[in-house]
Amino acid sequence: MELNVTGLSVARGGIPVLEGLDFTLRAGEALILRGPNGVGKTTILRTIAGLQPPLAGQVGLEREAMAYAGHADGIKSTLTVRENLTFWADIFGTSGVADALEAFDLVALADRVAGALSAGQKRRLGLARMVVTGRPVWVLDEPTVSLDASAVGLFAQAVRNHLAGGGMALMATHIDLGLEEARVLDVAPYRAKAPAHDDFDGSFL
Amino acid sequence: MRALLIRDIRLAVRAGGGFGLGLAFFLIVVVLVPFGVGPDSGLLARIAPGILWLGALLSCLLSLDRIFALDWEDGSLDLLATAPLPMEALVSVKALAHWLATGVPLVLASPLFALLLSLPPEGYLPLLVSLALGTPALSVIGTFGAALTVGLKRGGLLLSLLVLPLYVPTLIFGAEVARRGAEGLETGVPLAMLAGITFGAIALLPFASAAVLRVNLR
Repeated sequence: MELNVTGLSVARGGIPVLEGLDFTLRAGEALILRGPNGVGKTTILRTIAGLQPPLAGQVGLEREAMAYAGHADGIKSTLTVRENLTFWADIFGTSGVADALEAFDLVALADRVAGALSAGQKRRLGLARMVVTGRPVWVLDEPTVSLDASAVGLFAQAVRNHLAGGGMALMATHIDLGLEEARVLDVAPYRAKAPAHDDFDGSFL
Repeated sequence: MRALLIRDIRLAVRAGGGFGLGLAFFLIVVVLVPFGVGPDSGLLARIAPGILWLGALLSCLLSLDRIFALDWEDGSLDLLATAPLPMEALVSVKALAHWLATGVPLVLASPLFALLLSLPPEGYLPLLVSLALGTPALSVIGTFGAALTVGLKRGGLLLSLLVLPLYVPTLIFGAEVARRGAEGLETGVPLAMLAGITFGAIALLPFASAAVLRVNLR
């Protein structure tokens, strides 16, 4: 399985932000997107995850292969950690949240209400969701926000396990994860130069 | 799909979920009416079907903006959109969960509230049937409105403006069933119309809701 992104152009709010992006990600590989704030890293990841259509170009894999984690963790504060994870496991049709709890050191917190977690613990819960999706391509947007050094280590280990199982990871991050095998792609050179696309209808949507 | 339904109902009944809010609002509306129009039980009995329907409709409206707004705020909606669940199924389950958490309690409580407005005894069954048949349409239409306004700051007011006109046919035929029932008249025709509106809404609106939700998530 490979993720072949060819000639991808993406727009945010009707304005093209990046164009002509090409890369290939094979099973067991990780790619880190770098670039200054506002360059369009989130927009690319949302496009690849299938949340918005590309302006041009293709994402070579079905959206069914992607598991997306954005800035928000999608945690329900009145449910417990285990209930939150079990819900996502049921939605994605996988079973067992024990591995995910283990991988992100959440076992001791499993029966605590998610609203009582700290920001870093919530983030860990949000990332543990990626493990229960059982999907081959992880699309991660700033996964390490509010994580401490040891939690970043847990996360890097989880990514490594995922890659070892033939998965792929695509992430936008600024900090060094200690993933030596990951390639880095600087997206700044792909910044869109064309004049604003005339999307008259789009401005009403 | 069942997991989503169970989660939504669980969220509704846990602290801060807003379960019972609609019911309490319904009770207050019904209690306020006699203060407004006076304690004449003849008059109250005559206007009871309309008031009960209006009260149920407004209580239903109260919780509509929660259908998608909370999932939007905490990011779950994006994650659900990337899940294997089709968007049409997602909005249908959301509407069903809203109906179970809001519509069903309203239907079940309506005989009690009808007592407060001295509805004639023969009016209870038509009232119950009309609400049971009409409230699903309120939830489905409301889900469409919620999908349209998701992501807007203070979308709740806009949502009411969008949704209330769409509620008019349901209100007309629902209240007509209840009124004719209370007066001991034939209710077949308005009941059939009400059923038609409800099933039409259930059949068509999920596709519209899913389409606008996709646009709103971009």
